[in-house]
Amino acid sequence: MKRPSKTRDNIVYALVWAACFAPIVWLAWKGFNGDLGANPIEKLIRQLGVWGLRLLLVGLAITPAARILKKPRLVRFRRTIGLFAFSYILLHLFSYIGVDLFFDWGQLWKDILKRPFITLGMLGFVLLIPLAVTSTNGWVIRMGRAAWSRLHRLIYLIVPLGVIHYYLLVKADHRPPLVYGVVFLALMGWRLWEARRSRPSP
Amino acid sequence: MLIRQAPDLTDNDVTDRGLYLKRRTLMAGLAGAGLFGAAGEAKAGLTYGKGFSTQEKATSKEDITTYNNFYEFGVDKGDPAENSGKFKPRPWTVRIDGACEAPRTVGIEDLIGRNKLEERIYRMRCVEGWSMVIPWVGFPLKDLIASVKPTSKAQYVAFETVMRPSEMPGQGWNTLDWPYREGLRMDEAMHPLTLMAVGLYGDVLPNQNGAPLRLVVPWKYGFKGVKSIVRISLVEKQPVTSWNKLAAREYGFFANVNPAVDHPRWSQATERRIGEFRRRDTLPFNGYGEWVGDLYRGMDLKRFY
Repeated sequence: MKRPSKTRDNIVYALVWAACFAPIVWLAWKGFNGDLGANPIEKLIRQLGVWGLRLLLVGLAITPAARILKKPRLVRFRRTIGLFAFSYILLHLFSYIGVDLFFDWGQLWKDILKRPFITLGMLGFVLLIPLAVTSTNGWVIRMGRAAWSRLHRLIYLIVPLGVIHYYLLVKADHRPPLVYGVVFLALMGWRLWEARRSRPSP
Repeated sequence: MLIRQAPDLTDNDVTDRGLYLKRRTLMAGLAGAGLFGAAGEAKAGLTYGKGFSTQEKATSKEDITTYNNFYEFGVDKGDPAENSGKFKPRPWTVRIDGACEAPRTVGIEDLIGRNKLEERIYRMRCVEGWSMVIPWVGFPLKDLIASVKPTSKAQYVAFETVMRPSEMPGQGWNTLDWPYREGLRMDEAMHPLTLMAVGLYGDVLPNQNGAPLRLVVPWKYGFKGVKSIVRISLVEKQPVTSWNKLAAREYGFFANVNPAVDHPRWSQATERRIGEFRRRDTLPFNGYGEWVGDLYRGMDLKRFY
C-alpha cells in the first residue's frame, strides 16, 4: 500500500489534535466569558466527564472503522484519542475534587464508599491509569504485544463503568447515558461478530 | 439570625397591592444597585411590612430565570428559559375542589386582585444540592384554602400542573408521568410560610418559573413547588406525587430539607448557593425549623423523608 505523504500525514494529525482540543477550548472560552450558566462548576464537571466518555467511545470505534472502511492506518490515532480521553477524565476528576469538594478528602472518601455512581466512576478511572501509563511504544515492547493487548482489553470494562456512572447520576431523563450505552454495545457487538467470523465454527 | 420577622403576619404587616406596585417601580430602579431591600422601604417613606423574608443576598434575576428544573419544557436547566416562549399563562383559571363546601374556579387576575400580595424572600434548596435566594411575590396558600371552606375530610392538598403538550415540549416525553402532581399535608398547606407565588423580583412570574401560579414551600426541596397550577384538590388520603411515583426511595412525599438524610445517590449535607464558589452546610428544614419543626414533632424524619 502506498504511504501518504508526510505533509498530508501531519495535516491529518493536526486535525485530530484540534478536534480533541476543541471541547476544552470551547469550555474554557465559555467559562472565561461567564457563559457556563448559573452553576458553572457543575456544568464544567459534567461536560468534562461527557467528553471523556465520548472520546473513549471514539477510541473504541477506531478498530471497527478501520476494518469496515478498509483504512488500517486509522489505528494510529487510537493512542492519541485514548490519551485525550484520559486527560478529560482526569480534569473531570480534578474539578470534582478540587473545585466541587474543595479538597475535602474526608468527603471524597465518604462519597467513594457511599455513592455507587462515584464508586464506579472512581474504579473506572483507576483502571484507566495503567492504560495511560503503558501507552508508549516502549511499554508495548517491554510488556510484549500479547500481554500489552490483554491489559488494554480493560477498556471493555472501563467504558461501561463510565456509562453506568453517568446513568446513575441522572434523575429522570436517561436517554443521553443510554445512547452511549447503545453505542458501546454496538461496538462490542461488532467485535464479537468479527471474532466469530474470523474463527470459523467446526 | 437570618430571619427578620415572625411568620404570624397581621394585616398591617402585609403590603397592599397599590403600595406593592409603587414599591415595585422604585425597586426596579434600585435593583441594579443591589439596594432595593432597605432603600426601597426607607425612600418610599411608606409603612408596610415586607413579607417574611431572609436578609441574605438574593440570587440574580438572570440566574433565577435561566437555571430551572421544569421538565415540562425539557430536562436541561437552560431548557425552560429557552422553550417556554410559546406557553400562554393567560387567560388562566384554577379549579379548587374536593373536600370543601365552596368549590370554585377562579381566574388568575381575580386571584391576584383579591389577595394581598407580599414579597417574600425565601431560600430555595433543590434536591440536587444547589440553592438560591428568591424574592417571590405571592399570597399565603391558607387564604385560598380558607376561601373554599374545607370540610373535616380535607386531610391533604393535591396540586396539578397544566397539561399542554403543544406548548410544553417536554410533555412529549415520558420522563415523568404527566401532568406533574404534588401534594401537602393539610397543616403544611395551612402554614403561614406556604406561599402561592404569582411574581418574582417584583414582576409577574416568567413562564420558566411556573407562570402564572406556583407553590413555594421554603422548608422543602424545590420539586415540591409545583408550577403552572390548574387544579388544587382537598383530599382525604395522601395524594400521588410525581417524583415520588418515579422513585419513591429517592423522593419522599414530605421532602423536607434535611442534611442528615442523604439522597440515596448523593449527600444532602451541603449545597452550592448559586453564585458562590464554596459549598455551604445545608440547614435542617432549610433554616426554617424554628417555624415549621412543630409540624413534624414525633415523626421519624429518616423514615418520612
